[in-house]
Amino acid sequence: MNGKGNILFCGVGGQGILLASEVTAYSLLAAGMEVRKSEVHGMAQRGGSVTAHLRYGGKVYSPLISPGEADIVVAFEMMEAVRYLPYMHSGSKIIVNTHKIYPPVVATGKMVYPENVLDELTSRDIHVRELNAFDIANGVGEVRAVNIVMVGVLSTYLPVDEQVYVDVMHERIPERFRDVNIRAFQEGRKTAAL
Amino acid sequence: MSKKSTDKLWLSGNEALALGAYEAGVKVASGYPGTPSTEIMENLSKYDGVYTEWAPNEKVGLEVALGASFVGVRALATMKHVGMNVAADPLFTSAYTGIRGGLVIINADDPEMHSSQNEQDNRNYAFAAKLPMLEPCDPQEAKEFLKTAYWLSEGYDTPVIVRTTTRIAHVKGQVSPGEKTSSSVKPEIVKDAAKFVMLPANARNRRKFVTERMKKLSEFAETFPENRIEWGDGTRGFITSGISYLYVKEVFPEASVLKLGMVWPLPEKMIRSFAEQVDELFIVEELDPFLELHIKAMGIRCHGKDLIPAEGELNPGIVKKAITGEESSGFAPVALPPRPPNMCPGCPHRGLFYALAKQKVFVAGDIGCYTLGFLPPLSSMDSCVCMGAGVSAVHGMAKALGEEGMGKEVAVIGDSTFAHSGITGLLNIVYNDSYSTVIILDNRITAMTGQQPNPGSGTNIKGEPAQMLNFEELCRAIGVRNVVTFNPHKINEARKILKEEINRPEPSVVISRAPCVLIPSEKKRVKVPYRTRLENCTGCMACLGLGCPAIHWVPITPEEAAKLGFKEKQKGHSQISVELCNGCGQCAELCKFDAIGKEEDR
Ligand SMILES: Cc1ncc(C[n+]2csc(CCOP(=O)(O)OP(=O)(O)O)c2C)c(N)n1
Ligand code: SF4
Ligand code: SF4
Repeated sequence: MNGKGNILFCGVGGQGILLASEVTAYSLLAAGMEVRKSEVHGMAQRGGSVTAHLRYGGKVYSPLISPGEADIVVAFEMMEAVRYLPYMHSGSKIIVNTHKIYPPVVATGKMVYPENVLDELTSRDIHVRELNAFDIANGVGEVRAVNIVMVGVLSTYLPVDEQVYVDVMHERIPERFRDVNIRAFQEGRKTAAL
Repeated sequence: MSKKSTDKLWLSGNEALALGAYEAGVKVASGYPGTPSTEIMENLSKYDGVYTEWAPNEKVGLEVALGASFVGVRALATMKHVGMNVAADPLFTSAYTGIRGGLVIINADDPEMHSSQNEQDNRNYAFAAKLPMLEPCDPQEAKEFLKTAYWLSEGYDTPVIVRTTTRIAHVKGQVSPGEKTSSSVKPEIVKDAAKFVMLPANARNRRKFVTERMKKLSEFAETFPENRIEWGDGTRGFITSGISYLYVKEVFPEASVLKLGMVWPLPEKMIRSFAEQVDELFIVEELDPFLELHIKAMGIRCHGKDLIPAEGELNPGIVKKAITGEESSGFAPVALPPRPPNMCPGCPHRGLFYALAKQKVFVAGDIGCYTLGFLPPLSSMDSCVCMGAGVSAVHGMAKALGEEGMGKEVAVIGDSTFAHSGITGLLNIVYNDSYSTVIILDNRITAMTGQQPNPGSGTNIKGEPAQMLNFEELCRAIGVRNVVTFNPHKINEARKILKEEINRPEPSVVISRAPCVLIPSEKKRVKVPYRTRLENCTGCMACLGLGCPAIHWVPITPEEAAKLGFKEKQKGHSQISVELCNGCGQCAELCKFDAIGKEEDR
């Protein structure tokens, strides 16, 4: 764990990837780091493959991570985790939500969802942490908090105190969703400690 | 969500531009949505003291801003790169009239076409229209450059273009807020025909002024602090601007760099002197060899597009490989099922396209969420060029094919797109009389770019009530005798009406009306989801033809089929994900076996 890194968030439009990257960015900023982030809006919201690039620490110029330079990948969907292999290098860490979302070709029965798709990651020199963030979010009573469960796991990889995240969520998340999100965050952290 | 506990703000480029417009004292701002420019106007509309609006199109938006400038207030027009094509007419002549209150046009290019139909490089407009153009590299610069642009505009009597790209507009970084500035120009009506009436005699005089102005701006460029040299190791020298500057710094932190904050006109002396002091000169820019061509025209030797790709976005990896040959190495990609974007569950467009697919006609399409009707399984769009093109093109097809083509083609266009550029095309169909049929997909909103209201929505940019365009009356008023409206969720009825109207031997308009599921009132509405009645499903796959994200196919083995009480040869069944379903009922309408029903009916 050092004070500098490239985090790639990836998943499917509608999974709350932008909020997850925002909470992470605010927490890194609150910890006094330089941060840049890049997102693509527009078409991305319609269930397509979505990414956010976040770079922190040191002198950050480019807001984009180059292929082979993601230190941590936060993948909200299994197949999307594998799609971004070209961004990973030997020793990259990846947090994978094992929940599946079928793309149209699979949903309409034209192709099948690749079996054992995570083998593509585990067979390479990549540190893989799997969890079913959907079940965990469901467990705290809010399926939409998948993104914050993922932030919880990610937080254990970053040089920022737990309290900083909690403060950020207090500041940034509307009151009626706050408690459930903080719980989701803590459940994520717990899973990471297992 | 933008304030941070310290004094710096965490803003996207577009949020920073909105703040910049506010700090510059902009009074009137008009624009048309378009990725990646949309959030500028959305954010600016939240500030007090500035009038903002969504115009029907970019030409109108720029002309509104020009009018505001003529009476002496600071004005802003925002648009995406292709919007500049629409606004090009006022743009070129506003270069001649010049301004009274500062006038800035923010133009957002989209290299890589993340959300666009082409990747034109609009720096060429600055050259062609003889206007200065600034190009920031991050959110902080975006805000500062916008303020500088107003100062330049009023100082040199010129509209100024600020160019961003997707990686400026949608990048977030820290931004320091600044002082509010204001214009010294007095808001009032000033009659000045020699300046504002561009008849040939006046225009010839203003043409001379334009030449003089660009000369002065070239001199200014030599001392403009945002055109700056960062001296480093002299073996490689880079001339660059915008996002490419950050990529160069990332890869070659020790090299000498000339960063151009103003990309037109260019500081020739500065460029010459820089070129002389480095061993090898590289021009790093996305898209066209714009800087490169103008620098080569100065007689300066340099590398540019011989190394750097002219297509798509750059990134640090691409810049490094192009110049040093070293590749940044990630793992090789793995073949996976693709995941293209899809229309939302319950989207009204899906019903219309399903019904249309059965007509086997050429669908002259247009741009919006409905362009996704091109993708399988609907596969029912056959052309898409630019906003409004479908309506005009279908008439061209009718004229080209004559009787032969009757009933074989149709145009589809969204409500926002119709207001933007479809009305004139429809007028042409009526005036020059063809049997063309136009379908207006009226989902009450400009959905593709994130649910902005348009003239048909009944609300303005701030969500306040506004006059609502009546599409039926408008079509009748311009002479369309056959205007039919239907609800696209009722697919079977839609099919019948479409067949009749497409085959009608005179102009007709079909209005397919149901709201986008993402407009606020629809999001609030409690929707009753549908559910698969498994016992009735025969595995016919009819509902899967919709491509609704809430329905998926569950393949089964003969043993499972037996267990579920299905026929042994049944290969699978359909399954609705209740949590995704928006209850539009399209799938239930298609099911002939009563295997899909409303949850409450159970
Ligand atoms: C000249 C131009 N301006 C803006 C855009 C960006 N744009 C693409 S589609 C669209 C809106 C489409 O709205 P509508 O026609 O109502 O269809 P919907 O997305 O609601 O289905 C916009 C603004 C563009 N492509 N071209
Ligand atoms: S945003 Fe609206 S118009 Fe676009 S796909 Fe979704 S429901 Fe359809
Ligand atoms: S009713 Fe059917 S078509 Fe409509 S959203 Fe639900 S599953 Fe999709």
